[in-house]
Amino acid sequence: MPPDIEAIAEQVFTALADPSRRAILAVLAAGGPATATDLAEHLPITRQATAKHLALLAEIGLVTAEPGERRRVRYRLRSAPMQVAQQFLAALARDWDGPLDALKDHLDGTTASDRTAPSNSAAPPNSKKITKSRKAI
Amino acid sequence: MGFPDRIERTVVVAHPPGEVWAALTTPEGLSAWFGDEAAIDLRPGGSARMRWTDGSTADMRIERVEEPTAFGFTWPVYGMPTDDPRRTYVEFTLEPLGAGTRLTVIETGFAQLPEDTYRKGYDAHTEGWTSELGELVDHLDAA
Repeated sequence: MPPDIEAIAEQVFTALADPSRRAILAVLAAGGPATATDLAEHLPITRQATAKHLALLAEIGLVTAEPGERRRVRYRLRSAPMQVAQQFLAALARDWDGPLDALKDHLDGTTASDRTAPSNSAAPPNSKKITKSRKAI
Repeated sequence: MGFPDRIERTVVVAHPPGEVWAALTTPEGLSAWFGDEAAIDLRPGGSARMRWTDGSTADMRIERVEEPTAFGFTWPVYGMPTDDPRRTYVEFTLEPLGAGTRLTVIETGFAQLPEDTYRKGYDAHTEGWTSELGELVDHLDAA
Protein backbone atom coordinates (compact mmCIF):
# COMPACT_ATOMS: atom_id res chain seq x y z
CA MET A 1 0.00 0.00 0.00
CA PRO A 2 1.43 3.43 -0.85
CA PRO A 3 2.29 4.98 2.54
CA ASP A 4 0.69 8.36 1.81
CA ILE A 5 -2.80 7.17 0.90
CA GLU A 6 -3.85 6.81 4.49
CA ALA A 7 -2.35 10.18 5.42
CA ILE A 8 -4.25 11.88 2.58
CA ALA A 9 -7.54 10.27 3.60
CA GLU A 10 -6.99 11.28 7.21
CA GLN A 11 -6.37 14.92 6.19
CA VAL A 12 -9.55 14.92 4.11
CA PHE A 13 -11.64 13.58 6.97
CA THR A 14 -10.09 16.10 9.39
CA ALA A 15 -10.89 18.91 6.94
CA LEU A 16 -14.46 17.68 6.50
CA ALA A 17 -15.02 17.42 10.26
CA ASP A 18 -15.37 21.21 10.43
CA PRO A 19 -18.75 22.62 9.30
CA SER A 20 -17.27 25.86 7.94
CA ARG A 21 -14.76 23.99 5.81
CA ARG A 22 -17.48 21.67 4.56
CA ALA A 23 -19.52 24.74 3.62
CA ILE A 24 -16.58 26.32 1.77
CA LEU A 25 -16.00 23.12 -0.23
CA ALA A 26 -19.72 22.82 -0.95
CA VAL A 27 -19.87 26.39 -2.31
CA LEU A 28 -16.79 25.78 -4.51
CA ALA A 29 -18.22 22.47 -5.76
CA ALA A 30 -21.57 24.05 -6.59
CA GLY A 31 -20.42 27.37 -8.03
CA GLY A 32 -16.84 26.97 -9.21
CA PRO A 33 -13.74 29.01 -8.29
CA ALA A 34 -14.32 31.95 -5.92
CA THR A 35 -12.38 34.49 -3.86
CA ALA A 36 -12.30 34.50 -0.05
CA THR A 37 -14.61 37.54 -0.14
CA ASP A 38 -17.13 35.78 -2.41
CA LEU A 39 -17.09 32.75 -0.15
CA ALA A 40 -17.51 34.77 3.05
CA GLU A 41 -20.70 36.27 1.60
CA HIS A 42 -22.19 32.78 1.37
CA LEU A 43 -21.14 31.74 4.85
CA PRO A 44 -21.99 32.74 8.42
CA ILE A 45 -18.31 33.44 9.19
CA THR A 46 -16.03 36.43 8.68
CA ARG A 47 -13.74 36.91 5.71
CA GLN A 48 -10.76 36.44 8.05
CA ALA A 49 -12.08 33.11 9.30
CA THR A 50 -12.81 32.06 5.71
CA ALA A 51 -9.24 32.93 4.68
CA LYS A 52 -7.86 30.89 7.56
CA HIS A 53 -9.89 27.82 6.53
CA LEU A 54 -8.86 28.30 2.89
CA ALA A 55 -5.20 28.34 3.91
CA LEU A 56 -5.65 24.99 5.66
CA LEU A 57 -7.58 23.53 2.71
CA ALA A 58 -4.83 24.73 0.32
CA GLU A 59 -2.15 23.18 2.51
CA ILE A 60 -3.67 19.71 2.23
CA GLY A 61 -4.43 20.14 -1.47
CA LEU A 62 -8.22 20.32 -1.37
CA VAL A 63 -8.18 23.77 -2.97
CA THR A 64 -5.61 25.58 -5.09
CA ALA A 65 -5.07 29.34 -5.14
CA GLU A 66 -4.93 30.88 -8.58
CA PRO A 67 -4.73 34.46 -9.83
CA GLY A 68 -8.14 35.86 -10.72
CA GLU A 69 -9.39 39.14 -12.15
CA ARG A 70 -8.00 42.38 -10.72
CA ARG A 71 -5.24 40.41 -8.97
CA ARG A 72 -7.66 38.85 -6.54
CA VAL A 73 -6.80 35.29 -5.58
CA ARG A 74 -9.43 32.75 -6.46
CA TYR A 75 -9.71 29.30 -4.92
CA ARG A 76 -10.48 26.27 -7.00
CA LEU A 77 -11.65 22.92 -5.66
CA ARG A 78 -9.20 20.06 -6.18
CA SER A 79 -10.89 16.71 -6.13
CA ALA A 80 -7.88 14.35 -6.08
CA PRO A 81 -7.56 14.00 -2.27
CA MET A 82 -11.34 13.57 -2.08
CA GLN A 83 -11.11 10.59 -4.44
CA VAL A 84 -8.66 8.93 -2.07
CA ALA A 85 -11.02 9.42 0.87
CA GLN A 86 -13.83 8.07 -1.30
CA GLN A 87 -11.87 4.85 -1.78
CA PHE A 88 -11.64 4.44 1.96
CA LEU A 89 -15.41 4.92 2.23
CA ALA A 90 -15.96 2.47 -0.63
CA ALA A 91 -14.16 -0.22 1.36
CA LEU A 92 -16.32 0.45 4.41
CA ALA A 93 -19.50 0.53 2.35
CA ARG A 94 -18.76 -2.72 0.53
CA ASP A 95 -21.05 -5.35 1.95
CA TRP A 96 -20.48 -8.94 0.86
CA ASP A 97 -22.53 -10.35 3.73
CA GLY A 98 -25.90 -9.49 2.19
CA PRO A 99 -25.13 -10.94 -1.27
CA LEU A 100 -23.58 -14.08 0.25
CA ASP A 101 -26.70 -14.64 2.34
CA ALA A 102 -28.74 -14.22 -0.85
CA LEU A 103 -26.49 -16.74 -2.61
CA LYS A 104 -27.08 -19.27 0.18
CA ASP A 105 -30.83 -18.71 -0.04
CA HIS A 106 -30.70 -19.09 -3.82
CA LEU A 107 -28.79 -22.39 -3.61
CA ASP A 108 -31.10 -23.74 -0.94
CA GLY A 109 -34.10 -22.67 -2.99
CA THR A 110 -32.77 -24.46 -6.07
CA THR A 111 -32.56 -27.84 -4.42
CA ALA A 112 -35.80 -27.34 -2.50
CA SER A 113 -37.79 -26.27 -5.57
CA ASP A 114 -39.60 -29.62 -5.86
CA ARG A 115 -40.52 -29.57 -2.21
CA THR A 116 -42.20 -27.02 -0.03
CA ALA A 117 -40.69 -23.57 0.45
CA PRO A 118 -37.31 -23.70 2.22
CA SER A 119 -37.78 -23.39 5.95
CA ASN A 120 -34.85 -21.01 6.42
CA SER A 121 -36.33 -18.44 4.05
CA ALA A 122 -38.75 -16.36 6.07
CA ALA A 123 -39.14 -13.61 3.48
CA PRO A 124 -41.34 -13.97 0.40
CA PRO A 125 -39.30 -14.75 -2.74
CA ASN A 126 -39.54 -11.27 -4.22
CA SER A 127 -38.68 -9.26 -1.12
CA LYS A 128 -34.94 -9.49 -1.74
CA LYS A 129 -35.15 -8.25 -5.32
CA ILE A 130 -36.38 -4.88 -4.17
CA THR A 131 -33.51 -4.24 -1.82
CA LYS A 132 -30.75 -5.39 -4.18
CA SER A 133 -28.64 -2.64 -5.63
CA ARG A 134 -25.03 -1.93 -6.44
CA LYS A 135 -24.91 0.13 -3.26
CA ALA A 136 -25.64 -2.90 -1.17
CA ILE A 137 -22.80 -5.00 -2.50
CA MET B 1 -6.88 4.86 10.90
CA GLY B 2 -6.06 1.73 8.88
CA PHE B 3 -6.94 1.94 5.21
CA PRO B 4 -8.63 -1.37 4.36
CA ASP B 5 -7.29 -2.72 1.08
CA ARG B 6 -8.68 -6.23 1.33
CA ILE B 7 -12.09 -7.57 2.26
CA GLU B 8 -12.49 -11.29 2.85
CA ARG B 9 -15.47 -13.49 3.68
CA THR B 10 -15.88 -17.23 3.88
CA VAL B 11 -19.16 -19.09 3.92
CA VAL B 12 -19.95 -22.78 3.93
CA VAL B 13 -22.85 -23.86 1.76
CA ALA B 14 -24.51 -27.26 1.68
CA HIS B 15 -24.13 -27.66 -2.07
CA PRO B 16 -21.28 -29.10 -4.16
CA PRO B 17 -18.81 -26.78 -5.98
CA GLY B 18 -20.47 -27.45 -9.35
CA GLU B 19 -23.75 -25.93 -8.20
CA VAL B 20 -22.05 -22.97 -6.54
CA TRP B 21 -19.98 -22.46 -9.70
CA ALA B 22 -23.16 -22.22 -11.79
CA ALA B 23 -24.60 -19.63 -9.40
CA LEU B 24 -21.44 -17.51 -9.75
CA THR B 25 -20.79 -17.78 -13.47
CA THR B 26 -24.08 -18.07 -15.39
CA PRO B 27 -26.59 -15.31 -16.18
CA GLU B 28 -29.35 -17.40 -14.56
CA GLY B 29 -27.30 -17.97 -11.42
CA LEU B 30 -26.04 -14.40 -11.04
CA SER B 31 -29.45 -12.83 -11.62
CA ALA B 32 -30.96 -15.08 -8.96
CA TRP B 33 -28.90 -13.72 -6.06
CA PHE B 34 -26.61 -10.91 -7.18
CA GLY B 35 -28.03 -8.60 -9.82
CA ASP B 36 -31.53 -8.36 -11.19
CA GLU B 37 -30.19 -8.98 -14.69
CA ALA B 38 -26.86 -10.45 -15.66
CA ALA B 39 -24.95 -11.09 -18.86
CA ILE B 40 -21.60 -12.85 -18.87
CA ASP B 41 -19.00 -13.92 -21.42
CA LEU B 42 -17.24 -16.52 -19.30
CA ARG B 43 -13.58 -16.47 -20.36
CA PRO B 44 -10.52 -14.56 -19.18
CA GLY B 45 -10.78 -11.14 -20.83
CA GLY B 46 -14.53 -11.55 -21.33
CA SER B 47 -16.96 -9.02 -19.97
CA ALA B 48 -19.97 -9.30 -17.71
CA ARG B 49 -22.62 -6.78 -16.82
CA MET B 50 -24.95 -6.72 -13.86
CA ARG B 51 -27.99 -4.53 -13.76
CA TRP B 52 -30.24 -3.71 -10.81
CA THR B 53 -33.82 -2.50 -10.80
CA ASP B 54 -32.75 0.82 -9.26
CA GLY B 55 -30.93 1.54 -12.54
CA SER B 56 -27.41 0.91 -11.26
CA THR B 57 -25.08 -1.27 -13.29
CA ALA B 58 -21.66 -2.84 -12.86
CA ASP B 59 -19.34 -3.73 -15.71
CA MET B 60 -16.98 -6.52 -14.88
CA ARG B 61 -13.97 -7.85 -16.74
CA ILE B 62 -13.43 -11.56 -16.23
CA GLU B 63 -9.85 -12.35 -15.20
CA ARG B 64 -9.78 -15.92 -13.95
CA VAL B 65 -11.90 -18.93 -14.91
CA GLU B 66 -10.91 -22.27 -13.42
CA GLU B 67 -14.03 -24.37 -13.18
CA PRO B 68 -15.07 -25.22 -10.53
CA THR B 69 -12.46 -23.79 -8.15
CA ALA B 70 -11.65 -20.16 -8.98
CA PHE B 71 -13.51 -17.26 -10.58
CA GLY B 72 -12.10 -13.73 -10.61
CA PHE B 73 -13.10 -10.39 -12.11
CA THR B 74 -12.34 -6.69 -11.77
CA TRP B 75 -14.96 -3.98 -11.52
CA PRO B 76 -15.08 -0.23 -10.84
CA VAL B 77 -14.97 1.07 -7.30
CA TYR B 78 -18.51 2.00 -6.35
CA GLY B 79 -18.97 5.75 -5.91
CA MET B 80 -16.08 6.65 -8.20
CA PRO B 81 -16.51 8.56 -11.47
CA THR B 82 -17.21 6.17 -14.35
CA ASP B 83 -13.94 7.05 -16.07
CA ASP B 84 -11.86 6.37 -12.96
CA PRO B 85 -9.22 3.82 -13.96
CA ARG B 86 -9.11 2.17 -10.56
CA ARG B 87 -10.85 -1.17 -10.21
CA THR B 88 -10.98 -3.68 -7.42
CA TYR B 89 -10.31 -7.37 -8.01
CA VAL B 90 -12.86 -9.88 -6.74
CA GLU B 91 -11.95 -13.54 -6.52
CA PHE B 92 -14.19 -16.41 -5.50
CA THR B 93 -12.52 -19.68 -4.53
CA LEU B 94 -14.48 -22.88 -4.07
CA GLU B 95 -13.21 -25.82 -2.02
CA PRO B 96 -15.15 -29.04 -1.54
CA LEU B 97 -16.08 -29.56 2.10
CA GLY B 98 -17.86 -32.86 2.73
CA ALA B 99 -20.91 -32.78 0.47
CA GLY B 100 -20.80 -28.97 0.39
CA THR B 101 -18.48 -26.12 -0.49
CA ARG B 102 -16.36 -23.65 1.39
CA LEU B 103 -16.71 -20.44 -0.61
CA THR B 104 -14.29 -17.58 -0.06
CA VAL B 105 -14.62 -14.14 -1.61
CA ILE B 106 -11.69 -11.74 -1.49
CA GLU B 107 -11.89 -8.21 -2.85
CA THR B 108 -8.65 -6.25 -3.06
CA GLY B 109 -7.50 -2.89 -4.37
CA PHE B 110 -9.27 -0.31 -2.24
CA ALA B 111 -5.92 1.29 -1.38
CA GLN B 112 -4.18 1.39 -4.72
CA LEU B 113 -2.21 3.61 -7.06
CA PRO B 114 0.60 5.92 -6.00
CA GLU B 115 -0.23 9.58 -5.53
CA ASP B 116 1.39 10.83 -8.71
CA THR B 117 -0.79 8.56 -10.84
CA TYR B 118 -4.09 9.72 -9.50
CA ARG B 119 -2.98 13.34 -9.32
CA LYS B 120 -2.08 13.26 -13.01
CA GLY B 121 -5.39 11.61 -13.87
CA TYR B 122 -7.57 13.96 -11.91
CA ASP B 123 -5.84 17.17 -12.85
CA ALA B 124 -6.18 16.15 -16.48
CA HIS B 125 -9.86 15.54 -15.85
CA THR B 126 -10.39 18.95 -14.23
CA GLU B 127 -8.45 20.72 -16.95
CA GLY B 128 -10.49 18.81 -19.51
CA TRP B 129 -13.70 20.36 -18.25
CA THR B 130 -12.22 23.84 -18.12
CA SER B 131 -10.88 23.61 -21.66
CA GLU B 132 -14.13 22.15 -22.96
CA LEU B 133 -16.07 25.07 -21.49
CA GLY B 134 -13.45 27.37 -23.03
CA GLU B 135 -14.04 25.73 -26.41
CA LEU B 136 -17.77 26.25 -26.03
CA VAL B 137 -17.20 29.96 -25.36
CA ASP B 138 -14.93 30.19 -28.43
CA HIS B 139 -17.54 28.42 -30.52
CA LEU B 140 -20.30 30.77 -29.39
CA ASP B 141 -18.09 33.84 -29.88
CA ALA B 142 -17.30 32.76 -33.44
CA ALA B 143 -20.98 32.34 -34.32
